[in-house]
Amino acid sequence: MERVAERVIRFDLAKTTIRELNQFLHRELPKLIASPAGSFGASAQHLPGIGTADEGLTIEVLHPNGQHSIAAGVDAPVTIEIRGHAGYFIAGMNKQAHVTVHGNVGWSVAENIMSGLVRVKGCASECAAASGHGGLVVIEGDASSRCGISMKGVEIVVGGSVGHMSAFMAQAGTLVVCGDAGANLGDSLYEATIYVRGRIASLGTDAREEPMQSDDYRKVADLLRRAGMSHAPEEFKRIASARTLYHWHEGASGHY
Amino acid sequence: MCGIVGFLAKEPALRSSLGELVVPMLSCMGDRGPDSAGLAVFSPPLPETIRRFSLFSGSPTFDWTGFDRRLHEELFPMARVHAVASHGVVEAELEPQAFREWLHKAYPQLHLLSVGRAIDVVKDEGHPNEISERYDFKSLSGTHAVGHTRMATESAVSPAHAHPFTAGEDFCLVHNGSLSNPYSIRRKLERRGIKFETDNDTEAACRFLEWRMREGNTLEEAIEQGFEELDGFFTLLMATADKLVLVRDAFACKPAVVAETDQYVAVGSEFRALAHLPGVHEAKLFEPEPEHIYSWNVSPSA
Repeated sequence: MERVAERVIRFDLAKTTIRELNQFLHRELPKLIASPAGSFGASAQHLPGIGTADEGLTIEVLHPNGQHSIAAGVDAPVTIEIRGHAGYFIAGMNKQAHVTVHGNVGWSVAENIMSGLVRVKGCASECAAASGHGGLVVIEGDASSRCGISMKGVEIVVGGSVGHMSAFMAQAGTLVVCGDAGANLGDSLYEATIYVRGRIASLGTDAREEPMQSDDYRKVADLLRRAGMSHAPEEFKRIASARTLYHWHEGASGHY
Repeated sequence: MCGIVGFLAKEPALRSSLGELVVPMLSCMGDRGPDSAGLAVFSPPLPETIRRFSLFSGSPTFDWTGFDRRLHEELFPMARVHAVASHGVVEAELEPQAFREWLHKAYPQLHLLSVGRAIDVVKDEGHPNEISERYDFKSLSGTHAVGHTRMATESAVSPAHAHPFTAGEDFCLVHNGSLSNPYSIRRKLERRGIKFETDNDTEAACRFLEWRMREGNTLEEAIEQGFEELDGFFTLLMATADKLVLVRDAFACKPAVVAETDQYVAVGSEFRALAHLPGVHEAKLFEPEPEHIYSWNVSPSA
């Protein structure tokens, strides 16, 4: 850990373990943010003068080299910049923090995110933002299969394409795909909404295309703006649940 | 979980450091597979009549000197074995079948790991770091390599159950995943006289693909048939004397990452296995698509 500017603390993962980084983020960082100058937690005492850093404190992470669980479980208003390709479970369960990965990520980035912002400048592997409850997840490149699987309120914007089985059993929230969607999009969908600009390989069971309404255009425009993407909302189509799987159907009695 | 790694040197100058590049990949993937590990290394092919036989003794105290004596007294005066720990290599102008028959009679306890003009296979039980050390993987050179770190889920932890699996000549396969119909594939192949050495699911995939190639299919055609025949989860990395081939099943729930530069192609279960490679941050990095066959050829020797 190294303080490199007034409000920038740097961790070099070539020299520090993930555990040291995450323990700092979980234990010392909230104290650092809450405390007046000079009364930091024990391990942060060599960082004098950081003050009440509840605004604009940045944690910079160097040499991630594909390692897992970087900045998982953070609950603090902080900016985290991960400079390079990272591994699995990056920014999992995130609350409040704004995490940017300047590279690609492996499986399950922002899994179960509660709030805040997770942005991946490159591509994401499978299960991006899986079961996320809130916050915004932006994948600037492509996301692989099962993007937004079981999402529960998170908003996801993918600049490129998503792989097969994306938004499987998605319960609430919004998935915006600026590129194409792979096979079985939105299979067994509940009340989440999907917007796709490109080609859809196939829709999953109970997912259907519906006409775009004025509030759909508003929602897509707002998410694209927050994600920093410039497509026209008119280019997107809306996919939502046909709700035919919600209740037992008497026509299915012959299957038993 | 298991780890797979592969490396193909496009730039001939990298061939001499193949082992040094691959060992950290295996070591990193020890996290995904600490039970056993193996490595197949391919070199420019030997002359047409020569074969390389890779043998596993299962014992570091095996009498390789005695083996050497019997080999040239009973079978072929010119043949010599080169041994490191439990691993022995014979290069000689020998018919594979004649060698197999002699080996079966003279040393039934020895396991023939690979046969071919280009391939050499080493595999054993233990952490990948121990195995790399035991067999001095760092010193290996060659055109391409395929490695595996195993966390056994469906059959015993033993050197014979470790990957790579081989069948026929100059063909090997490593697998991350599990097949659900290995026994039905096996029964089909056994009816055709194909013999199995273990009850491992991966061996069924390996022998199926080799059988198709022996019947005249290319490896790519064999894999297309494999998509129909193999039920289960798989990322498969395969090599022949002149290529490296990668596929994932339709679900694609077993990972793989590819890094390609002008100098090399590297494959790993996870990016962190590739993070040490020269120029990897500028490489074309991608995740293989489900049921898409990725194939890279060895560049002709300079």
